[in-house]
Amino acid sequence: MFKGGFIQNLPKIYGLYTGGFAVFILLMAVAESAGVSAKNIGVMFVVFTVGIYAFIGYLSRTVQVDAYYVAGRQVPTVFNGMATAADWMSGASFVALAGGVYFGGYTYMAFLVGWTGGYVLVATLLAPYLRKFGCYTVPDFIGTRYGGNLVRACSVFVLFIASFTYVTAQINATGTIASRALGIPFELGVWIGLISILICSMLGGMRAVTWTQVAQYIVLIVAYLLPVFWISSKVGGGVFPHLMLGDEVARLGELEQQFGLVKNSAADMKAAGVPGGLKYISGPHSAVPEGGMAVWKYLSLAICMMVGTASLPHILMRYFTTPSVKSARRSVAWSLFFIFLLYSSAPMLATLSKLSLMDPNLATGIIGKSIADVQAIEWVQRWSEVKQVFIADFNGDGILQLNEFFMRGDVVVLATPEVAGLPFVISGLVFAGGMAAAMSTADGLVLAISNALSHDIYYKIIDPKADTAKRLIVARVLLVIIGAAGAYIASFRLTSILGSVAWAFDFAMSGLFFPLVLGVWWKRATREGAIAGILAGISSGLVYLLYVYPKFSVAIWGVAHDPWLGIDHLRFGMIGAPICLVTMVVVSLMTKEPDAATQKMVDDCRIPSGKAVLGKQH
Amino acid sequence: MSNKDAHWLKTRNHMFVTLVLWFFFSIVIFMFGSELNTLSFLGYPLAYYMTAQGSLLAFVIILFWCTGKQEDIDEEFGYAEREGD
Repeated sequence: MFKGGFIQNLPKIYGLYTGGFAVFILLMAVAESAGVSAKNIGVMFVVFTVGIYAFIGYLSRTVQVDAYYVAGRQVPTVFNGMATAADWMSGASFVALAGGVYFGGYTYMAFLVGWTGGYVLVATLLAPYLRKFGCYTVPDFIGTRYGGNLVRACSVFVLFIASFTYVTAQINATGTIASRALGIPFELGVWIGLISILICSMLGGMRAVTWTQVAQYIVLIVAYLLPVFWISSKVGGGVFPHLMLGDEVARLGELEQQFGLVKNSAADMKAAGVPGGLKYISGPHSAVPEGGMAVWKYLSLAICMMVGTASLPHILMRYFTTPSVKSARRSVAWSLFFIFLLYSSAPMLATLSKLSLMDPNLATGIIGKSIADVQAIEWVQRWSEVKQVFIADFNGDGILQLNEFFMRGDVVVLATPEVAGLPFVISGLVFAGGMAAAMSTADGLVLAISNALSHDIYYKIIDPKADTAKRLIVARVLLVIIGAAGAYIASFRLTSILGSVAWAFDFAMSGLFFPLVLGVWWKRATREGAIAGILAGISSGLVYLLYVYPKFSVAIWGVAHDPWLGIDHLRFGMIGAPICLVTMVVVSLMTKEPDAATQKMVDDCRIPSGKAVLGKQH
Repeated sequence: MSNKDAHWLKTRNHMFVTLVLWFFFSIVIFMFGSELNTLSFLGYPLAYYMTAQGSLLAFVIILFWCTGKQEDIDEEFGYAEREGD
């Protein structure tokens, strides 16, 4: 059945895998109708899919340096696109994005534009040139282009800050989903999540991560799209919601008018005992907020996310794995296509879910009904028990108002199938999808950090004479240490202190974007310029974050500061990146032009054909 | 001008064109969000549609167009990769 090598057979292998997964879903549906409990179905979904990823990880084990770091540079274009999409879409994208749109409406959707538009920058400014360079890691490019250990170490530092901020959130998400699906305590869920992540990455490095990410993409996209289409046709949204929800969006506008968008005071919410992290609808769904400041806040968030996307090392390194420059460029376009499939569905899910709760004409509607009736609904009870849903009767009229219903954002994805009356097999599938999304991103991040430490710090700076076996042992030991450190922090639930996923984008943008882009596009950029730029960018960004984020500024200065020009803690890259650019240009112009060898290196990386700048083994 | 410089000049211009399109769909449109929302597309308010789906789709199309065009440029100057490179 399988003639030729593994790579030639990829479409067949993953075709069979997808078919097998479909059969598994059907089997679960049969099991459900035969009376297997909802909880056991959830367990089977998670155990079965994670087991498959672990099996793929085991099959992809390797003792080759280039297979470990860049999957042997033989990942075909479209498959690399799928792997990047899984690498990109985190547990947060999967479970929280639709919830964000649900509560934030138009304003929140700056994230959607930011998290997709960044790929245009990746394809035009960076991916093909870094691929031609032939580096193993992102700091490997910076270290070689600018020359010297100091600049290499600086870029590893930025990579570490950005990726580590991100990875604890991912391990946290893995733990949350594992604990809910398996019915175990969160702390245990985190460590089980970590072990699953390590099994997928430790034996085969990038090669193993690549092939598990493709498998994870298939699970997560099926798990996201199937419920969206199903719910849509069930609640009368049409068979193709993306093109057919115009009336529903308009109806939401009417309902907002009817119920009124009321803001609760902090004191009221505290008195009622609303659990932390739960939100209520207080902004319009599709209306654009008026005023220049609102426009600026939207645009600055989109800019930070776009530029941050183009600087995140775990994404850029995926394009080092393709066989050619051309396929690196093409696979950026495919990545974006695969990401688009999920991101364009999130607002549709949010619309459907919001309408099914808000519209009093629908059987599922709860707003405007009597609170006693709503509290008797099964899903409301179930999610209230775990403090994910909360009802407060502020005005004491016994009727549920829009501002009296609180919910955690995640519930939109996790509970909508149930609310709309879909079988539990779909909820089990959603758990498996969330797990796949969180694991695939965590895999990519842990690998990005440990590869930079093992290749750029250990091999390039500390022990350049180390042999292959020793390098790979160090890489694996670091992988375990980084993963364990992330899980340790996640298990203490310190993630809320570490802050938002958006910070990772701002850190990467502040310290890496311009050194990377100017490294390719400006020959005059010098080592001194790059060092100064990286340090000035990351430190100014960090200082501004400390200044503007209330928790930090109260601890340091004793008072909370107002954001400057509306640049709050989600947008601090707007400070760091320009400072990085200016510093880098000024210092570069003040120092001696790079030597002829460096200039030739830049020339070589601009041309697709010919040998890579760095050797196959380096 | 050498072949190499001519190739880079054309590549650079192509990059600028791509980034202008990108800038239009990511920034310019949303500078006029409230004005655009009075128009409608497929029954959606236009600015809502663009941020939920339209701009995202535009980026996908821009990227496929941009890679195709860049491959033509590489071919034209003889810098396209051959098998076994």
